[in-house]
Amino acid sequence: MNASNETKSENPVISLCDVSKWYGDFQALKDINLEINLKEKIVICGPSGSGKSTLIRCLNRLEAHQEGKIHISGIELHETMKDVDIIRRDIGMVFQNFNLFPHLTVLENCMAGPNWVRGIDKKEAEKRAVAMLEQVKIPEQADKYPDQLSGGQQQRVAIARSLCMQPKVMLFDEPTSALDPEMVSEVLDTMVELANSGMTMICVTHEMGFARQVADRIIFMADGEIVEQNTPDEFFNNPKSDRTKTFLDQILI
Amino acid sequence: MFVDTVIEDKSLHKPAFLLGLSIAVLAFFFAFNFTNTIFGEFLSPVIGNPQESGFFGRLVVSFVLAIIFVLNLLLISFAKLKIQILIVWIELFFLFLAFAYSFDLELAYIFIGEPSKIWLMISKGLFTTIYISAVSIAIATAIAIVGAIAKLSNNGFAYAIASFYTSLFRGLPLLLQIYLIYMGLPQLGFMIDAIPSGIAALSLCYGAYMTEIFRAGIQSIPKGQWEASRALGFKFGLILRKIILPQSIPIIVPPTGNQFIAMLKDSSLVSVLGIWELMFMAKKIGSKDFNNLEMLLTAAMIYWALTIILEIIQARIERKYQQKA
Ligand SMILES: Nc1ncnc2c1ncn2[C@@H]1O[C@H](COP(=O)(O)OP(=O)(O)O)[C@@H](O)[C@H]1O
Ligand SMILES: [Mg+2]
Repeated sequence: MNASNETKSENPVISLCDVSKWYGDFQALKDINLEINLKEKIVICGPSGSGKSTLIRCLNRLEAHQEGKIHISGIELHETMKDVDIIRRDIGMVFQNFNLFPHLTVLENCMAGPNWVRGIDKKEAEKRAVAMLEQVKIPEQADKYPDQLSGGQQQRVAIARSLCMQPKVMLFDEPTSALDPEMVSEVLDTMVELANSGMTMICVTHEMGFARQVADRIIFMADGEIVEQNTPDEFFNNPKSDRTKTFLDQILI
Repeated sequence: MFVDTVIEDKSLHKPAFLLGLSIAVLAFFFAFNFTNTIFGEFLSPVIGNPQESGFFGRLVVSFVLAIIFVLNLLLISFAKLKIQILIVWIELFFLFLAFAYSFDLELAYIFIGEPSKIWLMISKGLFTTIYISAVSIAIATAIAIVGAIAKLSNNGFAYAIASFYTSLFRGLPLLLQIYLIYMGLPQLGFMIDAIPSGIAALSLCYGAYMTEIFRAGIQSIPKGQWEASRALGFKFGLILRKIILPQSIPIIVPPTGNQFIAMLKDSSLVSVLGIWELMFMAKKIGSKDFNNLEMLLTAAMIYWALTIILEIIQARIERKYQQKA
């Protein structure tokens, strides 16, 4: 975000300190503590309803936490902050349902952020959009509308749209869960490439092959808590808690 | 809508149905004795003087009418859909003309005078009606956008004002609003002319209805669109302008078109303020010479023609947005 943070790269880009969140009376996150460093790749998994989406949606403040502190690049996220939009520009997010803008072409989807938010002129934004579409390997779809594309293609456009903002961190919330099985790998390949390019990534996913391949750390959540976090090797070969074992048994069948 | 690919037998082609229908139609024509109408006169070679033909005449007239009616249906049923629609339209239109004709009108009346009455109606009345409607529609649309945003905001003042406004202006009869604005505002010291009061009343009333249409249209856009925009760092106004409104237009256009058409006709209510629009002109000219019906019918046909034009425009716009979607 600012120069002082760039230099102190040992500082975490994202840090959560005792973060709790409630929906009404229901506590969805319980005292979450977590630090994520630049270029780290994190995979979050856990049973449905365990609070994975809630956690990553708190990181760009699509959801508000009620207790504890979240810092992004040293800036605290809180209720009255005026420039949450400035933080959001630096955090890309990819959703389960893509959420592309259906009335804009693929190219326009990718140009929207840089052009309207960052104020980059159209020509430059278009250049960047084309480059990103090439990176996700669908430059030839640039002039189509999202609903003319397959699910896998749409999700790759969504990734390109986020990348056009040149974010520091990318959040993925089950990016392959809404896809037909044969399209999962094309999206995962894109994500692996992105990981190899050095992007800081936080991915909620149940694709354990992907987790093994790219994750520096796997976080297992249940009932709004972080139950266990470890390197992929340790996590898969030597899970500590019973809940992790049960979960792995179910998912690795 | 999905039209089933299986063709069902036309009920009109089933003898039992046809017989039942014929009897019902016969009973109808018999019950509403048509002997003393133009139909009785046509049949006078058979039944003699309609007035004195009695039960026999009544039976013959209803019988002939029933046969014509059922045969007509039967013939039309063999035509193609488009032809069917056209024929039925034309027949209904002629029935309407026959209805008007039965008033014993002096149709030439609307064409006489210098300038002719019909020209007065069009040059002055129609012009004023269109002018008032167009201005009101523009203002109502602006009100509706602001109102809808206010109703969706979490600003207490904005929400309270907008919901009070829609509640009040949807809750009072339009005629009452017209009087209240025209006679109420001067009490506060604001002198207001008839035409501005009429426009104010129409805009405020239809603005209230359209606020609800716009709000529903905006709300129908999936939450994910807001989230994706927010996640990219868009601000509220930008999201609304570039992402939400463009997508809600296809949803908003059809009901808004209906509101426009309704408003065009409701603009006749401002005639109570003495504004020289279609309705007022029709009443004023007609009552002077006791030719009320002629003028009212003229006004009716002009309103009808206007709404048909609006409906065609509405259909075009809808088609345009459907292609894009
Ligand atoms: N907007 C909401 N209102 C109320 N409860 C919610 C809301 N969103 C999520 N929850 C609840 O919070 C819990 C965690 O949800 P979520 O973070 O979506 O889980 P996950 O992504 O791990 O499946 C679930 O029990 C869910 O029912
Ligand atoms: Mg989830």
